[in-house]
Amino acid sequence: MNSEIVVSVCMGTGGIAAGGDMVMQAFEKEFEEAGVSNAIVKEHTRLHKVGCRGFCARDVLVDISVGGIISTYQYIQADMVNRLVKDHCIGKRPVTEWMVGDDYHNFHDSQTKIVLHDLGKIDPESIDEYIRVDGYKAAEKALTTLSPAEVIDTVKRSGLRGRGGGGFPTGVKWGFCAANESDQYYIICNADEGDPGAFMDRSVVEGNPHAVLEGMIIGAYAIGASIGYVYIRAEYPLAVERLHMAIKDANERGFLGKNLFGSDFNLKIKVKLGAGAFVCGEETALIASIEGERGMPRAKPPFPANKGLWSKPTIINNVETLANLPHILNKGAEWFAAIGSEKSKGTKVIALTGKIRNTGLIEIPMGMPLKDIIFDIGGGIEGDKLFKAVQTGGPSGGCIPQQHIDLPVHYEGLASVGSMMGSGGMVVLDETDCMVNISKFFLEFTQSESCGKCVPCRLGTKRLLEILTRITEGEGKEGDIELLQELAEDVRDSSLCGLGMSAPNPVLSTIKYFRHEYEAHIKQKKCPAKVCSKLLTFFIREDMCVGCGMCVRACSVNAITGEKKQPHKINNTLCIQCGSCFDACKFSAVLKE
Amino acid sequence: MDTQMTETLEAIYDRCVANEDNIITVLQEIQKEFGYIQEKVVLWFAERSNIPASKFYGVVTFYSQFHQNPRGKNIVTVCCGTVCHVKGASRIISKIHEDLKLKEGQKTTKDMKFTLERVNCVGACSIAPVVLVNEKVLGKVTPSKMVKSLKAYKD
Repeated sequence: MNSEIVVSVCMGTGGIAAGGDMVMQAFEKEFEEAGVSNAIVKEHTRLHKVGCRGFCARDVLVDISVGGIISTYQYIQADMVNRLVKDHCIGKRPVTEWMVGDDYHNFHDSQTKIVLHDLGKIDPESIDEYIRVDGYKAAEKALTTLSPAEVIDTVKRSGLRGRGGGGFPTGVKWGFCAANESDQYYIICNADEGDPGAFMDRSVVEGNPHAVLEGMIIGAYAIGASIGYVYIRAEYPLAVERLHMAIKDANERGFLGKNLFGSDFNLKIKVKLGAGAFVCGEETALIASIEGERGMPRAKPPFPANKGLWSKPTIINNVETLANLPHILNKGAEWFAAIGSEKSKGTKVIALTGKIRNTGLIEIPMGMPLKDIIFDIGGGIEGDKLFKAVQTGGPSGGCIPQQHIDLPVHYEGLASVGSMMGSGGMVVLDETDCMVNISKFFLEFTQSESCGKCVPCRLGTKRLLEILTRITEGEGKEGDIELLQELAEDVRDSSLCGLGMSAPNPVLSTIKYFRHEYEAHIKQKKCPAKVCSKLLTFFIREDMCVGCGMCVRACSVNAITGEKKQPHKINNTLCIQCGSCFDACKFSAVLKE
Repeated sequence: MDTQMTETLEAIYDRCVANEDNIITVLQEIQKEFGYIQEKVVLWFAERSNIPASKFYGVVTFYSQFHQNPRGKNIVTVCCGTVCHVKGASRIISKIHEDLKLKEGQKTTKDMKFTLERVNCVGACSIAPVVLVNEKVLGKVTPSKMVKSLKAYKD
């Protein structure tokens, strides 16, 4: 009988933030103590750290497998570990009340996992575990049985398109690159995930770094690159650490370095840390950054596939794109092409976040309706509020309203309503979110991240932001909406790179679908969602106020007065609409209008 | 510049030349060593490497990771990603401002104990709003929880 006890603790950034390392330590301690008197525990226990398994809202997630039967626990904290070890691991009586319920399985069952398949199952710090799930088999197959042209052809036939935002067919791009005559080619993995609200690249690198390296080997072989770079955000320390570890292990096993798999093909992979610039996600800016320059984009053509890093033919692929490649090589182009929609093949990893019950990382077949993602997998809106919109594609994308809830999620579908796939961030907004404020938020972002090279983006985003700020502060004027539209279209049409070309999307899409909210801000000087504080008046309901004084202590401008245990009052000439009293009141007596 | 500092810089220089590193890596190494990028260090490096100081400054001012002023003992980084924004990051920022007595535009407290910074997104959106105190990730932060968390770092 299999008497092995395997415990897997989620140790992605989400898991660690929820207390994963403390849970891990608690298991170590408990097992050590139990092992003194129990030989089975001492001999047959394996404690694992695994990468993100998607359902971050339930962290810390722990899998306990005794004799091959796996149970999953949610919301585990260090002080719960003692009972898990005593009852489940030793006593073989699972603690049913801490286990995940049907909703956990619903969340996973409607997904199709390719890239995320092994995340949360294997230890990302162990190359052996990756090899155990057929790791590096695809690279070996490519290098020993296929020619580079055959690899390119396979990827072309699979229909795989770039997952970083552009959606350009990967195999076609490789073909362009390989067609150049050159003494050196480069492959770059773009892990500079800059979109706020997107964390799939980080999770994949943290949870399965070898899959990314294997994808790079396949890509490098196809185009003939002997040097590869991974350009990764310095804000992701855990991902960087695991990547370094994976490269070291792969080098030691001969999967990287010289004469891979007995062929005459060599590949060296280096890691370059980004220094905090969103624009470096753009290919030419990323190349400038690797060269040590200011990360400013240049005009295309020439495209990097013809003239890239150090002016040599260069391929830049996103993390998720690369992580798809081993599966395509192993299972075949036809298998991949059978998943998804007509023009968008395969799956897309989506970071589902915002005002939704089940937040986390999911993977869906291309073409799944928005409604299924939000209400089935996501479990609907948090706190039974009303759905208002879903923001996709980060600062380059747009807001999609209720009327398009049946929209299929693929490149063409999202573009048809003025948004985009981008890297796959999906932020769900409810009735308490102000669309003008959201639009302003994204313009603040793009304005400060604009590199300043071209005038339309540098000045255009600044002026757009000024108008939006004015509107949210109650200074909006008649004609502002038309001015915003005109300026936004100019910025979109005349900017040099993708950042400027897509920066107006949040403005244009919110005006298109939520024009009435702009009008309410400008004409009635009201914020319908009660978010824009300059347009709000705070007051206290006398019948609800118990006179506890919490609001008085929270107010930084002494605008609230009142006797103890008597209803208090807000002096609106002193009030700066900061909202502290609203947060502080435990009796919902502070109202805003 | 004292001899010890020169030796440290000389060591960084040799290491970076050996690795064929670029200016960004050089500056990242300098910042790791000294905490921020000082003018005299840039000028020393410019002369040593025969690269104009303006080139170094071009890079320093372009990337948000580089700091030109000394930072506090504890770094409080508030995530300002989309999800954190809709879940109230700005209220947390104003609470920290109030609690640490920071004026508009001031980032570091007078006693050099705290520096308040913002980051575009740390990618921990499931537990938004998120604040990092040094390396520690705090999730589902509220203004009052924030004040409590900061207390531990005050003495």
